[in-house]
Amino acid sequence: MKLYDYVLSGNCYKIRLFMAFLDLDYEKVGVDFYPGREHKSDSFLAINPLGQLPVLEDNGVVIRDAQAILVYLANRHDPSGQWWPQADHAQFAQVVQWLAFADSITGTSSAARLHDMLGYDLDIVAARAGAHRLFRILDSHLSQQEFEGHHWIAGPSPTIADIACFPYTALAGDGGIDTFYYPAIQRWIHRLTRLPRYHNMPGINVFA
Amino acid sequence: MSPDDFTASHWYAIGRFADFPEGLSRPLRLLSQDIVAVRQGKDVKVTRADGRPCMVQARYGHVWTTLMDKPRALYDMPEFLEEGRRLVTAGAIGVLCSGLRAVENFLDMAHFPFVHTGILGIEEHPEVEKYDVSMDAERDEIWATKCCFFQPMAAATATGGQITEYKYRVPHPYSTILYKTCPIREGAWDLIGLFIQPTEEDACIAHSFVLVFDESNSDTSLLHFQQNIFLQDRMILENQVPRKLPIDPRWEMPTRADASSIAYRRWLKANGVVWGTAKLAEAA
Ligand SMILES: N[C@@H](CCC(=O)N[C@@H](CS)C(=O)NCC(=O)O)C(=O)O
Ligand SMILES: [Fe+2]
Repeated sequence: MKLYDYVLSGNCYKIRLFMAFLDLDYEKVGVDFYPGREHKSDSFLAINPLGQLPVLEDNGVVIRDAQAILVYLANRHDPSGQWWPQADHAQFAQVVQWLAFADSITGTSSAARLHDMLGYDLDIVAARAGAHRLFRILDSHLSQQEFEGHHWIAGPSPTIADIACFPYTALAGDGGIDTFYYPAIQRWIHRLTRLPRYHNMPGINVFA
Repeated sequence: MSPDDFTASHWYAIGRFADFPEGLSRPLRLLSQDIVAVRQGKDVKVTRADGRPCMVQARYGHVWTTLMDKPRALYDMPEFLEEGRRLVTAGAIGVLCSGLRAVENFLDMAHFPFVHTGILGIEEHPEVEKYDVSMDAERDEIWATKCCFFQPMAAATATGGQITEYKYRVPHPYSTILYKTCPIREGAWDLIGLFIQPTEEDACIAHSFVLVFDESNSDTSLLHFQQNIFLQDRMILENQVPRKLPIDPRWEMPTRADASSIAYRRWLKANGVVWGTAKLAEAA
């Protein structure tokens, strides 16, 4: 398997982290996302016409979108079915729902981070406000889950929905978004960073 | 507050040439002032808010400007002329702290095991051996030499742990260069440097570069290595309180490992640097 990867990308980190959780071997192809904008070059657009990372190549299959890649890896490499539970229809739908939610976190929290960290020209006030709106929803969902005795987004054990929502929630501080106000999110981040084979990405405070 | 004379008298990196596309005006901040940079053919033109032009020069892979009409000369880095070296520029990273804080953190080896765990240090080897700090009076710059540190993965080329020797140079209040034993060439040093663009007293943009002898890594892997390290620093820098650099010696307890940091603070003080530093009263 070949992952087109950028070290500071939270979406690529979703895949690196899940690969580690599943203990899978793969090859990284480094992309000069910043400052080189290699993901917008002709040769990269031939791989992903959206000009986005990550992209996974496996046996001639080319998959873009972090969430799609998580689904693929879980289906192919997680015989336990823990990460992508399909037996229960409601839980299955929950996972899909939060996978989509994860992409909205990218659209807001990651945008704020690109602004503050890499100088992207975008509406920072709107990006931060959008992220706060999503974090309020995630925080109240997680505290409801805790109330029902569940520590994870879609049930009693972690799923790919947790992995998909994790990076840009945990990296929010990089974009000047304080997650101090979301105690259930803080506890969830803490639990996730204690999973076996967890490895960190710069910007995530594992001591929190 | 407007910058003190010493701070104002320097050249500052504002980006790489490629960061200024033809015809696009880019509003920038430097020393709490608005400036505008625009590419015109082979040149980048920089103007102040009132339309007066600033001097510009291209050096060390970056475009430099100054707010002074008679600035100090930009320091020399003869290594940029050496054959066989590769230059990788890592772009501009915004950090919410005084650029002086960023320089000081760069000089401090004691943070390696805790911030760059498994790469530039390991928790089992936290000790910083005594090293030498000297002032080069003629060039008015600081050198820290004979800095030795155990590193599990000193560079992108490293294949295992080693004792790495470092030298640090501070030739400018907002620039610092580290010279690191080159893992593949006997007697040679690899350079990693920071050119800070201080935007406000407590905010900056870090431009950085790697200038190395390396035949095995792609530019992209050198870039990823460098950016990963710098982002680890960024999180620490943004959590320091206060954001400006305290230079009053009564403030933070110096330890032996901090010898270069003490020298840096003294040097700033001796040169009358006030802009970007914190007063004791701000501590509370
Ligand atoms: N829906 C995509 C979004 C990926 C994404 O936004 N990737 C960023 C890097 S983290 C990117 O490549 N951005 C460039 C762009 O969107 O033009 C996913 O989840 O993979
Ligand atoms: Fe560091």
